[in-house]
Amino acid sequence: MGFHKFFGYRRENGRIGIRNHVVILPLDDLSNAAAEAVANNIKGTLALPHAYGRLQFGEDLELLFRTLIGTGSNPNVAACVVIGIEPGWTGRIVDGIAETGKPVAGFSIEGNGDISTIAAASRKAQEFVQWASEKQREECAIQDLFISTKCGESDTTSGLASCPTVGNLIDKLDPLGATTCFGETSELTGAEVVCASRAVNKEVADKFWQVFKAYQEVIDRHKTNDLSESQPTKGNIAGGLTTIEEKAFGNLQKIGRKTKFIDVLKPAEAPAKGAGLYYMDTSSAAAECVTLQAAAGFVVHLFPTGQGNIIGNPIEPVIKLTANPKTARTMAEHVDLDVSGILRREMTLDEAGDRLIDIMIRTCNGRLTCAEALGHREFVMTKLYQSA
Amino acid sequence: MPTDFIVHDKTDTVGVVVVEDVKSGKELTGWIMETNETINLKSIDAVPLGHKIALKDTKADETVLKYGHDVGRTVANIGQGRHVHTHNMKTKRW
Repeated sequence: MGFHKFFGYRRENGRIGIRNHVVILPLDDLSNAAAEAVANNIKGTLALPHAYGRLQFGEDLELLFRTLIGTGSNPNVAACVVIGIEPGWTGRIVDGIAETGKPVAGFSIEGNGDISTIAAASRKAQEFVQWASEKQREECAIQDLFISTKCGESDTTSGLASCPTVGNLIDKLDPLGATTCFGETSELTGAEVVCASRAVNKEVADKFWQVFKAYQEVIDRHKTNDLSESQPTKGNIAGGLTTIEEKAFGNLQKIGRKTKFIDVLKPAEAPAKGAGLYYMDTSSAAAECVTLQAAAGFVVHLFPTGQGNIIGNPIEPVIKLTANPKTARTMAEHVDLDVSGILRREMTLDEAGDRLIDIMIRTCNGRLTCAEALGHREFVMTKLYQSA
Repeated sequence: MPTDFIVHDKTDTVGVVVVEDVKSGKELTGWIMETNETINLKSIDAVPLGHKIALKDTKADETVLKYGHDVGRTVANIGQGRHVHTHNMKTKRW
């Protein structure tokens, strides 16, 4: 493998983005309307409406803050306007994002009303978007790239070929200093012993076991049957996956054959141990998982699918690959890379990994993914428990 | 040579059909990825793309191996060449 260069945006804190979004970020559900109005007023900005932000407490509230601050801080975001119902929590988000050094401003609605808030925030958003539009891409090295992965609507072809293709990429780029991330705690059920054996040392393995066991306790507490209605999903079963164990071994193919994970991250927690593969404790629902990974600062996402999960993310481009020839044929507009040739023995895994590197670099350079072109912007918070 | 089904590991008890036209009674060619061996098998059932086919006869309540690992248990006797899915296989978890 040679040197993989790409052209990205260098941010104030030295991190590299591959997109140049100006985000209008609502703190809470009440502020979605104002955020969307600002994004409608000022072309080239992007509102990220979501369902939560009121009366949350404890670890769930910390996760809300981590997700929102992390989203605004992601290097794919050039600048950010935050809108909240009241100034206290709004200011906390603004201060968190400001630590990156990027332009950020907050507006609150109480005492002003939507219309005045929208006017003031729109003026700031216009200033930001015109400033951002002059940013230029520069040549960057693979060490600057933060790559996340998660699979969805998996079937047996995912475990045979599309997940191993991601694994091949990770095995090739890990020694070159890329920072990568996988997650999906519940979807490792059955393959957890093998997963733990891929931790770099006992301390990291122990951290993984803590997280894994805690998630199993959540499932045991709330389940009403053997989860055969939920895990595997109806799509998984249609695609030939019978059990969670079978699904888990397919899932785990995404981390390749030799790369070890160097730390276990909380949901939306930014990696802090330097380059390498990280495990993040996430839900296995696609939009929740990718939203958390984007909030942790990952800038490009690799998403193997079997039956055709169509997910995108507003700020982190999602590259979709499939090895299912039927999905590649019937859902072509969602598929960035077709690796079904592996199943016909027309393509080796090594070739598929190289093709994935190629399409990823092109995406980093500006090529729109299928999900971007189709307008998929699933921004979904993970909620840990009821609000107060 | 066309590959009709793929087996991850030599010890696996099931393979995965990777073509769309496996009817009952078809002579199939399989590829074991781990060892790069070719094997042959006759289908007893029609098996859809992506679904599993039994590589050997198994009794009820035996372990199903795929990726060389335990991926669940049989809940019926399954003959070689039969379709293996939710009707005759279940999770051991949850």
